[in-house]
Amino acid sequence: MSGYLSGVLAILCINLIFAYGIFVPAAAGQINLGGAGFQAIGAYGTAWLSSVAMWPVWITIPASMLVAGLIGFLLSFPVLRTRGVYMVLATFAFGEVVAGFLLRTEFFGGAIGMVVPAHVGLPVLACCAVSVILLTFYLMATRFGLLMRSVNDDEAVAVLMGVNVRAIQVAAFTIGGALAGLSGALYAHNFSFVEAQYFNSFLSIYVLLFVLIGGVQTVWGPLVGTSIFTLLPEVMRIGGSWRYVVFGAVIVLMMMLRPQGLVTRAMIERVSPRRLRLRRAVVGGSHGR
Amino acid sequence: MTNKPSLARYRPTIQASAVIGVLIAALLIAAVTFGAQTMARLIVSGLMLGSIYMTVAVAFTLTIGVLNFLNFTIPTLFMLTGMVAWGLVAKGYVKFADGWAWLAALAVGVATAVVASLLVERFTFRYLKMKYGDATEHAIPLVSSLGFLLIFENLVLIFLGSESQRFAVPFNADIHIGGLVVGVPQIVSCALAIAIVATLSFILKNTRTGRALRTIGESPDTASLLGVEVDKVVPVVFILTGLLAGVAGALFTVNYGDVSPFMGDNVGTKAIAAMVLGGVGSIWGSIAGGFIIGVIETLSIYVFGGDSVQMVVWGLLLLIIIVRPQGLFATVSFAKAKM
Repeated sequence: MSGYLSGVLAILCINLIFAYGIFVPAAAGQINLGGAGFQAIGAYGTAWLSSVAMWPVWITIPASMLVAGLIGFLLSFPVLRTRGVYMVLATFAFGEVVAGFLLRTEFFGGAIGMVVPAHVGLPVLACCAVSVILLTFYLMATRFGLLMRSVNDDEAVAVLMGVNVRAIQVAAFTIGGALAGLSGALYAHNFSFVEAQYFNSFLSIYVLLFVLIGGVQTVWGPLVGTSIFTLLPEVMRIGGSWRYVVFGAVIVLMMMLRPQGLVTRAMIERVSPRRLRLRRAVVGGSHGR
Repeated sequence: MTNKPSLARYRPTIQASAVIGVLIAALLIAAVTFGAQTMARLIVSGLMLGSIYMTVAVAFTLTIGVLNFLNFTIPTLFMLTGMVAWGLVAKGYVKFADGWAWLAALAVGVATAVVASLLVERFTFRYLKMKYGDATEHAIPLVSSLGFLLIFENLVLIFLGSESQRFAVPFNADIHIGGLVVGVPQIVSCALAIAIVATLSFILKNTRTGRALRTIGESPDTASLLGVEVDKVVPVVFILTGLLAGVAGALFTVNYGDVSPFMGDNVGTKAIAAMVLGGVGSIWGSIAGGFIIGVIETLSIYVFGGDSVQMVVWGLLLLIIIVRPQGLFATVSFAKAKM
């Protein structure tokens, strides 16, 4: 496997985990525009643990994932009091504060960044990405996933139905933070270097866009969105800034024509085997007379 | 039944006064520490900077107040004005030496911002299909505006380069007021910004279009039932947005002489913070917020150095959203700010 290809696949795996970290809160109705902040926490946490405390890889990654999740948990309380525009602004502000803090603090290397000694290769990344995707599929199939979807669809009705909306939202936000942190930790160990300038607001914006364009109604959405927007520019050899112009244009077109995203619940249901069996049974029954 | 006077009615006023009190106390402490001369200089330059933030903040607040739409393209429109004006000079269409040519370049820049704003309107709001039953549907115009942000900013990067450029206006006069040196262009721009915003406030309160805008802000469906032609009035918001952001960009270019494809991001941050501080949906709140943020920025650069500003402003914004999301002047908002 060429170095270029493995590089692209590594970015794809990291982006996928990050995207699912944004997807889980979004599926519960919360837009997190500060994902880069959580990724930075995961990345810098693991960088520090690895280079200063000299912990081995299989401890640093879960540890920084836990830290990111914890910060997500703590942040969720004030942030979840807000809705709509305010939530977007609050999460955006959080991302900027984290990036600004890491840029300024000499403890974390300041503007120079930190070197990460331990290296993690593509197989580990791929394993983690696949596990995260499978876990999310499982999560959305549980009762918790159903409750999340109900909160997303209509919060007022969910409350009336006796759903503990606050708990669901806090849990979703925490899981999202933890996953974003995990993606950061893997990024740190794969690239062997972290710098604060990388975790800027544009990174948060891009990943949120991957998820929203893919569709937040089903678990396939982020997979489709991230894969398309990570792989397509490479495949089409569009260079530099034109890549983003095309990306921007695609976003505008998507929001005009198909704002619910590429993959919707209706689309999945139409091709689901259960539905096909039902349809065949109904059609077969009425024709059989 | 005892008639216990309820303090709850006065809580917003108490909160706002407390915040203002803290700010004034901080200013006084700073004044004593730095000396009156330095303090006056810092406050004056803070107010000049604040006039620019305030104009952009008003653009944000207008769009959110009327359309419930956080328009991320506003900082880009700000940047477009400066970069287009510089581009005209750089490509030779405008020669600096010809008298007021630089003003023409800036005017073209502002016009570009307005056109870009109308483009955004055409492709976000016109095609908007609100689907009920999805908590993220409010994000659709916001996401579209992010798309436009990417398009505009990267087109500028492609055609005009990524470097910071000089746009030195051949016009520099200073006046001295009691030991302070203030540039005439700065005073003019401050006055201009205030005039524009005051006019906007007047328009909103007294003209038919202004009333229509306020009605749409309260409830678009009711407005439409009452005979407001929503399709004709909404573009007005975008024209005003383009004008405000454009003029702010032009003023910034004249006053600081530097343009870059990234000049919008910085100002956008502080304008959003100013808007939230003053109260989303309130024009006078944005004005006050703009000036406050301007002064805070100047002071914090003086005390902590240039790098800290972003963190201070964003941290302040996060704090405000957590503690008092309605901002200082929420009660005077001209439309219901949708929380």
